[in-house]
Amino acid sequence: MSNDATLHSHQQELTHGAVAHDDHGNGHEHHHEDSFISKYVFSMDHKMIAKQFLITGIIWAIIGAGFSVIFRLQLAFPDTAFPWLETILGHWAKGGRITPEAYYALVTMHGTILVFFVLTAGLSGTFSNLLIPLQVGARDMASPFMNMLSYWFFFLASMVMMASLFVQTGPASGGWTAYPPLSALGDASIGSRIGMDLWLTSMALFVVSQLLGGLNYISTILNMRTKGMSMTRMPLPIWSFFFTAVLGVLSFPVLLSGFILLLFDRHAGTSFYLSELFVAGKALSNEGGSAILYQHLFWFLGHPEVYIIILPAMGMVSEVLAVNSRKPIFGYLAMVGSLFAIAILAFLVWAHHMFVTGLNPFLGAFFVLLTLLIAVPSAIKVFNWITTIWKGNIRFTPGALFSIGFVSTFISGGLTGIWLGNSSIDIHLHDTYFVIAHFHIVMGVSAFFGMFAGIYHWFPKMYSRYMNNTLGYIHFWITLVGAYCIFWPMHYEGMAGMPRRYYDYSSWESFKQFVELNKFISIVVVAVFATQLLFVFNFFYSIFKGRKLTTTNPWNATTLEWTTPIHPGHGNWPGEIPEVHRWPYDYSKDGKDFIPQTVPVSPDESKH
Amino acid sequence: MDTAVTAKKKWWGGGYSPFNVSYGKLMMWYFLMSDAFTFGALLISYGTIRFMSTSWPDPNEVFKSAPLMGHANLPLVFVSIMTFILIMSSVTMVLAVHAGHQRNQKAVTKWLAWTIVGGAAFLACQAWEWTHLYHEGAWWGRNPFLNVDGTPASTNFTNFFFTITGFHGLHVTSGVILNIVILINVLKGTYEQRGHYEMVEKVGLYWHFVDLVWVFVFTCFYLL
Repeated sequence: MSNDATLHSHQQELTHGAVAHDDHGNGHEHHHEDSFISKYVFSMDHKMIAKQFLITGIIWAIIGAGFSVIFRLQLAFPDTAFPWLETILGHWAKGGRITPEAYYALVTMHGTILVFFVLTAGLSGTFSNLLIPLQVGARDMASPFMNMLSYWFFFLASMVMMASLFVQTGPASGGWTAYPPLSALGDASIGSRIGMDLWLTSMALFVVSQLLGGLNYISTILNMRTKGMSMTRMPLPIWSFFFTAVLGVLSFPVLLSGFILLLFDRHAGTSFYLSELFVAGKALSNEGGSAILYQHLFWFLGHPEVYIIILPAMGMVSEVLAVNSRKPIFGYLAMVGSLFAIAILAFLVWAHHMFVTGLNPFLGAFFVLLTLLIAVPSAIKVFNWITTIWKGNIRFTPGALFSIGFVSTFISGGLTGIWLGNSSIDIHLHDTYFVIAHFHIVMGVSAFFGMFAGIYHWFPKMYSRYMNNTLGYIHFWITLVGAYCIFWPMHYEGMAGMPRRYYDYSSWESFKQFVELNKFISIVVVAVFATQLLFVFNFFYSIFKGRKLTTTNPWNATTLEWTTPIHPGHGNWPGEIPEVHRWPYDYSKDGKDFIPQTVPVSPDESKH
Repeated sequence: MDTAVTAKKKWWGGGYSPFNVSYGKLMMWYFLMSDAFTFGALLISYGTIRFMSTSWPDPNEVFKSAPLMGHANLPLVFVSIMTFILIMSSVTMVLAVHAGHQRNQKAVTKWLAWTIVGGAAFLACQAWEWTHLYHEGAWWGRNPFLNVDGTPASTNFTNFFFTITGFHGLHVTSGVILNIVILINVLKGTYEQRGHYEMVEKVGLYWHFVDLVWVFVFTCFYLL
């Protein structure tokens, strides 16, 4: 295990606790140099694991977003051949036009990759790992070894999913939700063959990774806080990571159960999800199962999953906004309370994805009510973000801009959720582009904005350098305007009844009116995608060539991560872990710009 | 455990574990909650499908055999023995944990060994039962047992039976393996050196959980 002298003091540090975490530090092994393998590959340092999650997530994001560029080309120019597509996709794009099978595979993998591999592992995996020990004041995660395993299970899941892209019959292509019977019957489509098995295997490994990570995040936050870091002195990102981890630990296992039953249906001749089916004119013997059962199991994870994606973004945005407005966060406890309310409601609304499955309308009424209730904590958060920046002395760093952009897209996308949450309106809007527009804005774009805010803001902590601001501003403005140009028109298409997942709308009389609009959307998609590549360039360029950090606290922030050295070693603080004396949002207080959490409260200080 | 716990101590104030437990035990509790959701999902799925079916086989007819008893009609006798064995292994686990608190290495060894024996015996019973049912024609996708009302039954009776008892058996198997690993450490004196037997407590939590799950599995498949 790696070490410099920092972990040495770890032992004394913790012995005054009621429970000493002594099976951790391995103090006797210090002063030995890290090998390349133990430092960069099988690292147990939470900061390195965070970077591993982030860079893997970036690679997946390029692939997943790249897929959307390809299928948007099909939607915009269904009659045009792009010979370069055949060059990269081979027989999936014969003559430069992607086949229907390839189209379905692309949309399926786009969803799977973005939802799970980028916005779950890439987002909460990165920032939970980076920020939890740094902001609560711990040397590392509760179990650095399990933390390392968490990344490597994610890596394994990634490899299996990647392999599924290259098999003869292609990857899973029945939609990211993998509904049976399509996903259960190999004869139903070519994407339901080996690609589906690899998809399920990869997702099972992913669940293991989430579990290992989540257990670590929870126990680190509860058990490893430094002296004085009471729960209500934790920065808001930590609260959001805590609820995210709880959601993951309690909902992913249900998905796993659903997948186990699906695997048996695929390979053991069972009928958990299958009943009275015909494939290619032949009746199947399966009888007694229920395809709707799978949907319940899937959405019991699927709905909390969208909060797993958005909560970390919310937490980080709260922090970045307070720091860059030089104002305390408005309504700290209301923020925590609304996170908690969202986490509870997350488990009680899953059937709003299933209003048109024949769900009992009486039952649907409860799900409508509970779904609409989520508007309350969401609105509290939005008001608090706005009141936080209200009359603030705002520094428009790229991180701050992306945070403000997050609030904008979260409002725009959240409002349409109120429409979709009504079961009667959902009958018309279900499975249309209105839904696509809603969830892309509220959890796709918003979560990405939260992630970008986090990357720009904490990049100096990760790599001891800044990212380039000019590129950051270009990135922000094109992405914000582009995201609205892409998704705003989709609302109109959806209200006109244009269904999602169709291969070619130009052959439908009712949707011909949208041909030009679809072209517009796709052209913007290409521009926005190119801008993201600019961000990726900025990211990697800045790792090696960015402006160097000269101070430990570049943003004049109050939280503990900025009390570590510019190049923090494994163990984070060279000496004792600092003690915490106040909440993390003492900005512009008593004539001082900011007061770090480590500064004791002086007797003449005003109350907050 | 050096500071005396006073009523005024700020448990949530940082620097302590608020529940006065190690992170490992906390993780185990959260893992068990997570695993409860795994089993909960499987059992609720079973309930859903069974509720949708108009009829279901009678467990007294399906589970009426026992080893060496020929064709004697002994409804639920064998599974009762299995259940008794598993519950007794929980008792011995309690005793092992108790002995660990007293740092009595010999007693921990003895009771942990009995727990392993109990777990292995349960698995052996399950192996016999599965083999027996297999020879009667039951397997995933095959159900020879008729409904209570005499009509042919859905295969989902056996589908769920083998999936869920199999998943539980997998948990028992991993529990036995964990117990063996911990027993080896006990024999090597690892926990004597460490000064506490908390690892025994952690596997104990897991073992009791697996037993508790069996109570629900048993109820669902054999009693209802």
